[in-house]
Amino acid sequence: MKVDWAALGAVFGVSLAVVLGLVLLFSVALRALSAREAERERGGSAVLPTAAAAVCLLACVTVVLHGIYLIVAG
Amino acid sequence: MDASLLVIIVVVTALVFDFTNGFHDTANSMATSIATGALRPRTAVAFSAVLNLVGALLSVEVAKTISGGIVDDALITPAVVFGGLVGAITWNLVTWYAGLPSSSSHALFGGLIGATWIASGAGAVHFDEVVDKVVAPAIAAPLVAGIVALLATYLTYRMTERARKSVNDKGFKAGQIASAALMSLAHGTNDAQKTMGIITLTLITAGTLAPGAEPPLWVILSAAIAIALGTYLGGWRITRTLGTGLTTIEAPQGFAAQTSAATVIMASSHLGFALSTTHVASGGILGSGLGRRRDAVRWGVAGRMAVAWLLTLPAAGIVGALAGKVASLGTAGVVVVAVVGAGVALGIWLLSRREPVRPEHVVDEIAARAEAHKVAA
Repeated sequence: MKVDWAALGAVFGVSLAVVLGLVLLFSVALRALSAREAERERGGSAVLPTAAAAVCLLACVTVVLHGIYLIVAG
Repeated sequence: MDASLLVIIVVVTALVFDFTNGFHDTANSMATSIATGALRPRTAVAFSAVLNLVGALLSVEVAKTISGGIVDDALITPAVVFGGLVGAITWNLVTWYAGLPSSSSHALFGGLIGATWIASGAGAVHFDEVVDKVVAPAIAAPLVAGIVALLATYLTYRMTERARKSVNDKGFKAGQIASAALMSLAHGTNDAQKTMGIITLTLITAGTLAPGAEPPLWVILSAAIAIALGTYLGGWRITRTLGTGLTTIEAPQGFAAQTSAATVIMASSHLGFALSTTHVASGGILGSGLGRRRDAVRWGVAGRMAVAWLLTLPAAGIVGALAGKVASLGTAGVVVVAVVGAGVALGIWLLSRREPVRPEHVVDEIAARAEAHKVAA
C-alpha cells in the first residue's frame, strides 16, 4: 500500500496556482472593462483599459488552451 | 452461451452504464450555470452533451489505465465484467432516484472489484493499485477542489468589489459558461474513458484483443455517443441538489467553483488519477459557498452526500459481487442477472414517474430560494 503523495501534492499546487492565476486575470479584466466604461462616459480615451482587458482575457484563453493541449498531447 | 453473444451483451450493458453516467453527471458541469441563470436548462444540457462528445474523443489515457490496472485481466471473464456493470448501473439508478450526486466512477470500480473478488478470488484484485489510484484521490480530490474554490471565490469577490455591477454581471455569466464548457470537456475526457476501458477489458478477457491493446475506434465512438446522449437527457434530480441544495450560488461563485473543479480534474488525469468528477464538482461548490459566507453552506445536505460517497464503493461492490457470481454460473445465470437488473431499472424508473423532476421545477425552485435568500439578507 503506497500513496503517491508527491503526485497528489502536485495536483494541489498546480491547480491552486492555475486557478488563482485565472481568477486574478479575469477579475483584472473585469476591472479594466469597468474603467473603460467609466472613461467612455467621461468622454476620455478608453484605449488603455481596453488594451489591458484584452491582454488579460487573452492570457486566460492561452492558459486554458495550453492546459487542453497538455491533456491531448500527454 | 455463445462467447460472442455474451461479449455483445456486456458491451451493450457497458454502454447503458455510460448512458447512466451521462445523466448522473450532467449536474456536475451544468448545475451552477443553471442555478445562476447563465444558461437555460435545455441549452445547458445540449451544450454539455456536445462538449462531452468532443472530450471523449480527445484522449484514451484513462481508458488504458482502467483496462489494465485495477483487476487482473488474465483471471476474469466477460461474465464477471457483466456482473460488475449491473452492480454499477443499479447503484447509479438508486442514487439518481434519491437525487444524490454520487460518483459514477466509484460505482463502476466498486461493481468491478466486487464481482472480481467473489468470482475470481481476492488475488485477482490489485488492492494496492486501488488504494493509490482510487481511494486516496477519492478523499483528496474534493478537499483540493474545495480549498482551491474557497480561495478563488474569496479572491474573485475581493478583486471585483469595485468593478461595475453591470460589467460584473455580464462578465461572470460569460466566464461561467466558459468554465462550464471546460468542465464538460474534462468530464468527457475522464468519464467516457472509463466505459471505453471496460469494453476494452471485456474484449481482452474474451480474447478478441491482445492484453494491453488500445480501445478500437468503434469503442471510442460508441462510448462517446452514449455519454453524450445520457448528458442530453439531463439528470434533473441531481441538478436540483447540486444547484440549490448545498448553497445558494451566485455567478462569481459558479465561475470560481467550476474553474477550480475543471482544473483539478485535468491536472489529475494528466498524472493518471482516475478520479471522480462528481466529488471534485461537489467539493468546488462547497468551497465556493464557504468562500463567500461561512454560514452559507447547508451541512445537512453535504453530510448526506458524504454518506452516499462512502457507501458507493461497497454498495456497488456487493451488488456487483452477487451479480458476478450468478452470471459466471453459465447461460442461465447471465439471463437471471439480466432479467433482474432490467426489472430493478424499470422499477426505479416507474417510481421516479410518480414524482417527476423536470427542468422547469429546478428553475422555479432556484428562483424561490434566491428570493428567500434576499429576504434573509
